[in-house]
Amino acid sequence: MTPQQNPRDDTRFTARRALVLAFVLAGASALGWAVFSLPLDASGLTGPALEQLAKSGVTNPVTAAVLNYRGYDTLIEIGVLLLSVLGVWSVAKADTFANPPPASPVLWSFLRLVLPVMLLIVGYLLWIGSFAPGGAFQAGAILAGAIVLWLLADAGRTPLPRAWMLRVALALGLVVFIAVAVGVMLPGGKLLEYPPAHAGSLILLIESAALVSIAATLAALFLGGRLANDSDATNSAKPQKGAR
Amino acid sequence: MSTLLSLFDGVLLLSLLWLAWRALAAPDLFKGIVLFIAFGLLMAIAWVRLRAPDIALAEVAVGSGITGALLLSALARSRRLEKEQAEQGSDRE
Repeated sequence: MTPQQNPRDDTRFTARRALVLAFVLAGASALGWAVFSLPLDASGLTGPALEQLAKSGVTNPVTAAVLNYRGYDTLIEIGVLLLSVLGVWSVAKADTFANPPPASPVLWSFLRLVLPVMLLIVGYLLWIGSFAPGGAFQAGAILAGAIVLWLLADAGRTPLPRAWMLRVALALGLVVFIAVAVGVMLPGGKLLEYPPAHAGSLILLIESAALVSIAATLAALFLGGRLANDSDATNSAKPQKGAR
Repeated sequence: MSTLLSLFDGVLLLSLLWLAWRALAAPDLFKGIVLFIAFGLLMAIAWVRLRAPDIALAEVAVGSGITGALLLSALARSRRLEKEQAEQGSDRE
């Protein structure tokens, strides 16, 4: 048998590749032209955004834009995160550590130092997001990083959380966001129109729920599939008692 | 001071382009992923230089950290699958 030819080793300059190169160059030039033709002193929506900042419930203009002015976009983003996990779950099962490697004392002592600091940073970023750079996405990614580190060090020795807990964590952000978005309509407002008096606490509530969901989503993506202890719909229809 | 900063920006820009090219062109996928993580870290500095600290934080945490871990786990998984398929193939012969 001949050794397999890696397709990446093929560097011939074919007509098809020349066409791709031309397309890429044209696209890049169009983008560059678009950027350079923008007026230099355009302030965009900075003025109106800063004017309304007092009513937005937060003092960080980025958080105000993400969760108040453009809350609809963020709501859909959280939904897309949930969809991504559903997509991964529909094609694969999570990796099982068949033969967990022996616990590495170096990794564990490293985690003992790093994990508390990471959790502290998560809480800090979530809280500071209302006043300064930070927020649920950054905090959620760091929490997911902490979970990934722990998963790597633990290597399947501790049983993972029950499937329904993970599902609740995954959906929490979207559920709370939709509940708040619709809830503010009850006193007669519009969708996602927070009353200025409560906007700050509502945004923090949404961000806290989103933090849990974002961290759970990224950690679930790292596992790469449905958990082994997660029974699908057909199995859960008839509970198997004493099957284990 | 501003000359120094422009010089820094220039070096940063060139390093970013070079890292991006090397990450795409590396024949070894593991090397490509490590280069991608390094690219994310330098990109975060670029965001800070563009006065966008929010995006810099997200870039470090998501673009560099979590994506790097995802890519590494995907690489390990695909290598294991390749190995299993190769073993199955040799069993049949």
